[in-house]
Amino acid sequence: MKSNLSHNKLFKVSRRDFVKIGALGSGGLLLGIPLACNKDKNAFLTGKPDAKFSPNVYMTLMGNGEVQLIAHRSEMGTGIRTTLPLVMADEMEADWTKVKIVQAIGDKKYGDQNTDGSYSVRMFYHPLRVAGATVKLMLLQAAAKEWQVDISECSAINHEIVHSSGKRLGYGYLAEKASEQPIPEESEITLKSTKDFKYITKKTAIYDLGDIVTGKAIYGLDVQIPNLKIAVVKRNPEAGAGLKSFNSDAALKIEGVTKIFKMEASGFPMGYDKPLGGIVVVANNTWTALKARDAVEVVWDKGINTAYDSNKFLLQMQQSVQKEGQVKRKQGNIDKALKDASKVIETDFLVPHLAHSPMETPCAVARYNSDGSCEIWAPVQSPQWVQQAVSAALGLEETKVTINVTLLGSAFGRKSKPDFVVEAALISKELNAPIKLLWTREDDIQHDFYHSNCAQHLKVGIGQDNKVNAWVHRTAFPSIGGTASAEAKGPSMDELCMGVLDMPFEIENISCESQDAKAQIRIGWLRSVHNINHAFAVGTIVDQVAAARQMDPIENILDLLGTDRKIDFYGMVEGFNNYNEKLEDFPCDTQRLRKVVELVKEKSEWGKSMPKGKGMGFAVHRSFLTYVACVVEVEVDDQNNIKIPMVHYAVDCGVPVNPDRIKAQFEGGAAFGTSLALKSEINVQNGAVMEDNFNNYLVARITDAPINTAVHFIENEEKPAGVGEPPVPPFIPALCNAIFKATGKRITRLPIKL
Amino acid sequence: MEKFTLNINNEKVTIECTPDTPLLWALRDELGLTGAKYGCGKALCGSCTVHVDGTAMRSCSLPVSAINDKAITTIEGVGKEALHPVQKAWIAENVPQCGFCQSGQIMSAIALLDQNKNPTDADIDQAMSGNICRCGTYIRIRSAIKNAAKNNI
Ligand code: FES
Ligand code: FES
Repeated sequence: MKSNLSHNKLFKVSRRDFVKIGALGSGGLLLGIPLACNKDKNAFLTGKPDAKFSPNVYMTLMGNGEVQLIAHRSEMGTGIRTTLPLVMADEMEADWTKVKIVQAIGDKKYGDQNTDGSYSVRMFYHPLRVAGATVKLMLLQAAAKEWQVDISECSAINHEIVHSSGKRLGYGYLAEKASEQPIPEESEITLKSTKDFKYITKKTAIYDLGDIVTGKAIYGLDVQIPNLKIAVVKRNPEAGAGLKSFNSDAALKIEGVTKIFKMEASGFPMGYDKPLGGIVVVANNTWTALKARDAVEVVWDKGINTAYDSNKFLLQMQQSVQKEGQVKRKQGNIDKALKDASKVIETDFLVPHLAHSPMETPCAVARYNSDGSCEIWAPVQSPQWVQQAVSAALGLEETKVTINVTLLGSAFGRKSKPDFVVEAALISKELNAPIKLLWTREDDIQHDFYHSNCAQHLKVGIGQDNKVNAWVHRTAFPSIGGTASAEAKGPSMDELCMGVLDMPFEIENISCESQDAKAQIRIGWLRSVHNINHAFAVGTIVDQVAAARQMDPIENILDLLGTDRKIDFYGMVEGFNNYNEKLEDFPCDTQRLRKVVELVKEKSEWGKSMPKGKGMGFAVHRSFLTYVACVVEVEVDDQNNIKIPMVHYAVDCGVPVNPDRIKAQFEGGAAFGTSLALKSEINVQNGAVMEDNFNNYLVARITDAPINTAVHFIENEEKPAGVGEPPVPPFIPALCNAIFKATGKRITRLPIKL
Repeated sequence: MEKFTLNINNEKVTIECTPDTPLLWALRDELGLTGAKYGCGKALCGSCTVHVDGTAMRSCSLPVSAINDKAITTIEGVGKEALHPVQKAWIAENVPQCGFCQSGQIMSAIALLDQNKNPTDADIDQAMSGNICRCGTYIRIRSAIKNAAKNNI
């Protein structure tokens, strides 16, 4: 979900936090905005008055009216590069066509840049609104002064200040004059009311749309700098292990090969930011590098995970969850409740390892310079972490390492780890030349940071009164922390708060437990992380419970949610983590859960009759502080081919800041969920991943993905919450429950095999 | 190393490489045309799709020695003078998410519509199932193709 680098505090924007940098040569206004959470704000509030454009400035209004806004988060397909600047432009009453977006380099002065955990909008919505409104007020003041009128007679309309008499002045003209105005206090600022939004909550094309459809958009592998060599790495099938010997004689004979050398293996634990190592092959072009890599002969060494077999491990974990584990949430008397129950529903759920396989494989361009500096161009989610990791690996000061962030050809969590960029930097240093490192699809699928495989045992007791009175949830999975620490023996509290400990049902007797499981391969966070496993299990067993209670699944859920309340998890679970936000700020509100359930019920025409072979399934899940209910319609033919004609989502993510992109995230989330539910599976034998490309690591294609996905928003003015990850968790159980309806087959293991 | 003269986006260009070099790497490494993307290298994902004499082909699996004088069109060639109706349809639907697969998607869609002015869902499935989109933009791809067809391209 996130690195240890992330801070998650919203912070107040105050007068002190702004800095006015003075007039530009061309006459303009620059504003720095404290998106930094670090205490030392001065570090970033120093601007050079004469700079045309200083990158430590968030907003520049030029004399010609152009507005430059910094995108400090990484664009991997969520639209964040568009959405955050839109927020500011709206409050500023800027004309969007005059806005130019500049991608930030990795730098602490921008505060949190770790684009991960679905929190970009949540964290920056308010500060950017205040910033935009501040600029607007300064422009208003400048115009009022120029006209010698009262500011109340002036209004800001589409890049102009307009006086009640009808005269008007453009933002470009006013820029320099505005820079002479004092920075207003936050108390003087009025934010727009929802009904006046021009861009927020409205549909806007993504900023890079034109470049994308014409092939001009630049991703990591598209970066061209002079004298680039191409590098690929031959890797030990057992991640982390070293090599005994290698022979590059034949490979070196291939024309165009520059150098072949050994890169030290990561060893164990493998870490997130250490290169896996192997044999590096550098050549004049990609094809030569790939052919030479094939020609290198290597005798690999064994590591500590040579015996790892993911299927056996999954079954071991399944054994372990049959017994009581470490109890992390306890309520009532579970043993008695189960004894008293008239029915007990018990099911095991199994989920395999999964790979991210972002469309663009990991890649990076690195140029190590003889003056001891290093410049990087790479598709990374967390450029500051990359900067730290590269500087540590090269033994350089952080300020000597520049991280340029390209567009990311999707990521899903993979590109938050700096490992591949560190590799590129080390290779460039070794060669003393600029290089472009390519991970082939085989490298990507065989050496990912995999989603934790997971075994769960759920046991639900139904009393004489047909009420659910007992809830046991046991889970076992290797912790993400195990990738970097041998100490991490099993699920952490943070990980268990994704779908186990945050269970929202009003049940008297509860026991939520975990069993240890050791990471024996690199484990990482994949879009929605452990919610994938836990929502699958919880969303499926409640469907079984509904059947046992002879209730409609939605009636059953509404009953289980109980009275409308904000759940006090802090009082129930020691060390509860609410996606790094306080429950006071982002409560778990069962009323909001109920409302998404009711909305999806209505919109999906839940309960309508379906012919044989068709079915509807339902699930609801809160993750990343967003409430999502999902209904999936499925069609299964007599060959067991599965089609998904329709998906309905009801979503409460607070204010839907960029609704078209939210819709896109849900459409894509359903497709992503389709991959995980029906297609994808990583198997490890003898410590080596068996899958290696899209012919055996299967993902949803246009023929598999849902044909229609409707997204229904709950309208409210709550604080915006995550939307990148929340679509995935409830989709999978809703699909499984639909398949049960259509076929009578209960799905308890992923991927689904009918 | 050999010399190959290729006809790319209506221009004759000469490159020097080994005969087995896939067109994808020739385009990207030798000619700086980076619109076609690498996604799998095995004709499994469609990111590298270009047109060879108007037919959609996976450039990662097409050696330059097999091309001869056939006309190659890449995404850069499609939008050169004015946006192609398929590109316009893509813009109208706000199709891309990360955008990485979209050059390939657009090239496959154009090839489909060149051959079939009014594709059914099944035709679209067949023509587009070789193009993976990990972001899952399939719904919009389908409707953009239908819209482009309606505005009869
Ligand atoms: S790169 Fe050519 S089909 Fe995937
Ligand atoms: S838009 Fe991201 S892979 Fe298709």
